[in-house]
Amino acid sequence: MLITILFYTFAAVLVGAALGVVLSRNTVHSALFLVLAFFTSAALWLLLEAEFLGIVLVLVYVGAVMVLFLFVVMMLDINVAQLREGLTRYAPLGALVALMVIVQIVYVTWVRRLGLTADMAFPSAEPLRGTQGSNTEALGALLYDDYVLPFQLAAVVLLVAIVAAIVLTMRSRPGLKQQDVAKQVAVRKEDRVRLVKLPAEKGP
Amino acid sequence: MNEALGYWDAVPANLQDLVILVLQILGVTVAVILSVAFMTLAERKVIGWIQVRHGPNQIRIFGLPFLKGVAQPFADVIKLLLKEIVVPANADRFLFLVAPLIALVPALATWAVVPFSPDFVLADIDAGLLYVLALTSLGVYGIILAGWAANSKYALLGAMRSAAQIVAYEIAMGFALVGVLMAAGSLNLTEIVKSQSGGVLEWHWLWLFPLMVIYFISGIAETNRAPFDVAEGESEIVAGFHVEYSGATFATLFALPEYANMILVATLSAVFFLGGWLSPFEGIAPGTLLAEPSFVWLFLKIVFFLFLFLWFRATFPRYRYDQIMRLGWKVFIPLTLVWIFVLAAFVHFEIGPWAA
Repeated sequence: MLITILFYTFAAVLVGAALGVVLSRNTVHSALFLVLAFFTSAALWLLLEAEFLGIVLVLVYVGAVMVLFLFVVMMLDINVAQLREGLTRYAPLGALVALMVIVQIVYVTWVRRLGLTADMAFPSAEPLRGTQGSNTEALGALLYDDYVLPFQLAAVVLLVAIVAAIVLTMRSRPGLKQQDVAKQVAVRKEDRVRLVKLPAEKGP
Repeated sequence: MNEALGYWDAVPANLQDLVILVLQILGVTVAVILSVAFMTLAERKVIGWIQVRHGPNQIRIFGLPFLKGVAQPFADVIKLLLKEIVVPANADRFLFLVAPLIALVPALATWAVVPFSPDFVLADIDAGLLYVLALTSLGVYGIILAGWAANSKYALLGAMRSAAQIVAYEIAMGFALVGVLMAAGSLNLTEIVKSQSGGVLEWHWLWLFPLMVIYFISGIAETNRAPFDVAEGESEIVAGFHVEYSGATFATLFALPEYANMILVATLSAVFFLGGWLSPFEGIAPGTLLAEPSFVWLFLKIVFFLFLFLWFRATFPRYRYDQIMRLGWKVFIPLTLVWIFVLAAFVHFEIGPWAA
């Protein structure tokens, strides 16, 4: 009962936040609505006893990705009026995409209900559990034992992407003054300071 | 008294649990806020002594003739709460007023998983370490929003510096904690403390020494404390992200979260690397009161780390911004990565404390 109430509360907040992302006039407000949407979906995952996914969603998306997002959005000077024109023009396309997503969800639930009568419980997957009853442990066992190679491959792909992104932005243009920290640290007094003995000036 | 107990027994069991839990949460929150109050006093006193001054020495409790200066934090709080809250004309009013609260909530919520003593944790959850990482990464929102909403160039510059710095040091911090969970074999904070039982040499500080140093320095950078306080940088950008704040909003944006986070970093360092509530005399004086694990030991370790915070602030000059970035990205992250591999070798080949 309590869980149902909580679910509908979070779901309502989530839908509201998602609408806020699209409809808000201010881009910073949009980004913050997206943060709220991530947060409420993390809460929904916690309700499903998927605490690892919930916490990692907050850690990665809210804690890192959205901070950088906000960082960029804050520095942009965006013409809100132009953005509003875009909204009315692309609204039908957006509605079409939303409709397709809804059709897919309904189709999946319809397929899973095939062969069930109305009084039977909906077949849902059991939450993953480790020996201590936490799904963090169970997910770790899956990722590092059963699927260790695909997991490592995904990591390598990400690494390549990171290196590529850094290489793309690292252009050294001529005439740029850069400091070499190792050189700065290795500097000795003898290299920089020259003591000069000057003869005392004679008065007139 | 008996009558009152009778009423209490009549309350349904799960309602009783709820009431007790709420009281516990209130207790921890009040304790943290009081610690913050006295931390500000300790900071001014300790830095005063380091600089051969007295620090605050006027305000006494009810005018008593001893402990001069002890009531200073209460005088400060009353002053801050009575001041006018000024909202700049072109500020985003809602976000400007909400940002301090956004900064405050994660700083207080993280305390839920901290094991204070062998039998007192508010929420003994399995993914405790992940929860700590997730919530500490939220603290930056308060700072960014405060800087943006004020609609001031200095504030925005401070917010951007702070955001870049926190993102950089969070990675080193996370990697240091990966080392801790490899050594302890658990994400649960109580389990992490228990894995260090057996005397001072069994605590993680010995085998994870580079990680402890990196974790603590990253913690100083995350809390925007000197020598990493470029987000405030009063000599360059006035006061950084909180330049437009006054009165109660200043207190909740700046003082409370910053000091609560400082105490939190000190507590977590003690829990992860110095054995939390375990006694340092565990193997030396068995059976006596000294060897008993208790909150007293955790408290002493927290005080030690907090003193380091103050000592650093009084000792080191401020880092330059590009040097901060270099230290975080190019020094700490490679160092933690190397030590994680060293640790993995220790654990795999059962060297040192992992010998079966």
